Amino acid sequence: MSMKSPSLTVIASGAAVLAAVAVAIIFFVAPEDADQGLSQKIFYVHVPIALTAYACFGLAAWKAFRLLTTRGERYDLESYTGVHQGTIFGALTLVTGSIWAKASWGVWWTWSSNQLVLFLVLFLFYCAYFMLRFSIEPGPRRERISAVYALFGVALVPVSFLAIRLASDFIHPTVFTREGPQMTGEMFAAFCVSWASITLLAYVMYRVELAGKRTDANLRELREALAS
Amino acid sequence: MSGYLADVAALARKDLRLELRARDTLPAMLLFVLATLVVFHFALPADVGNDPAYGLLWVALVFTSLLGLARAWVPEREAGALDGLVLAPTDRSAIWLGKTIASLAFLGAAEVVALPAFVLFFAPLDGPALAGVVLASVGICAVGSLVSAMAAASRGREVLLPLIFLPLAIPIVVGGVGASISEEPGKFLAFLGLYDAVFAILSWAAFEYVVTE
Repeated sequence: MSMKSPSLTVIASGAAVLAAVAVAIIFFVAPEDADQGLSQKIFYVHVPIALTAYACFGLAAWKAFRLLTTRGERYDLESYTGVHQGTIFGALTLVTGSIWAKASWGVWWTWSSNQLVLFLVLFLFYCAYFMLRFSIEPGPRRERISAVYALFGVALVPVSFLAIRLASDFIHPTVFTREGPQMTGEMFAAFCVSWASITLLAYVMYRVELAGKRTDANLRELREALAS
Repeated sequence: MSGYLADVAALARKDLRLELRARDTLPAMLLFVLATLVVFHFALPADVGNDPAYGLLWVALVFTSLLGLARAWVPEREAGALDGLVLAPTDRSAIWLGKTIASLAFLGAAEVVALPAFVLFFAPLDGPALAGVVLASVGICAVGSLVSAMAAASRGREVLLPLIFLPLAIPIVVGGVGASISEEPGKFLAFLGLYDAVFAILSWAAFEYVVTE
């Protein structure tokens, strides 16, 4: 861990406190949705998780871009960790979305929810990232091919979104419109606190995983040096 | 620039000549697409109308292109020809463009057989559907020749290519099916054009990183 940034323990505690505050606001302050009732509460978890997944994929693509432009080796693990975290949060998005669909539409899966379909496509795409990555010999070539793949991911997000939008005939409940969020102040506060806590959590997980992966790589190098 | 285009033409011609001599991709694609259409006839219930058939046409086209793309880099891998090409004093993206054009020629040849067969077996195709096929083929080959180069660099090449390619091909299928069955095919054709532009530029720019050591 570098000394400049605040220690992980502090950030992790911050994430935990924020999560507790978010839960408190979600259940005790934010009014119950007139239309969906209690089941709408999952919105405060589902949407921040989805946004965090996008952020992880975006981070992975940015690190991939840096790898390709600067040839800095360290970006490879950072990009890989970003994709890994994004896939975890993407899977969570699918799970929470599925629960929400069951609660509000009575089915576990619906093709009419654009966001869910998009996450399914992205989930398939990024799962193939791991298959690709682990079937190439470690080295500069693997780093670059993984990076190109991660960059393709961010191009696929808007293109797929447009495609699914074109293909669908129903609409997903639109909470954010051009007139701003269609929520009361308390609901919006709950959403923001929850979003902040999940983003912090993702950041902590990213740092922990990255540190582990780096240690792993260093250890392997040491072993190889000892063996030769 | 003319040197670049000459390189691209030479590379594409090399692939076409190899195919003319060895004939190991195109006959397979033709047979595969015909066999797939026959399978689809038996997969479709008799009274569903034409719309499902259009959907299956797109499945057949995507899978046929996969068959061709899986073999796209085999000649380059044998005897290390790709290393020679990468060392050649030309822009690396010329290799991608040459391969894309050659793949497009193969896919086009397969479609010249597949589309009349589809009309004969299933349902008529109108102008927008044909335009959709043309635009989608460009996108399939542009993305496909890049991802098949990625898959060719890995251990599990044949298995990996469909896994990488199919999620990327979903928007193409949406655009193609929309162009075939929609009342207003214009927006689907525009979408296919957008897809082609975005992913062709991305593949063109990224190819160098995929093949260099």
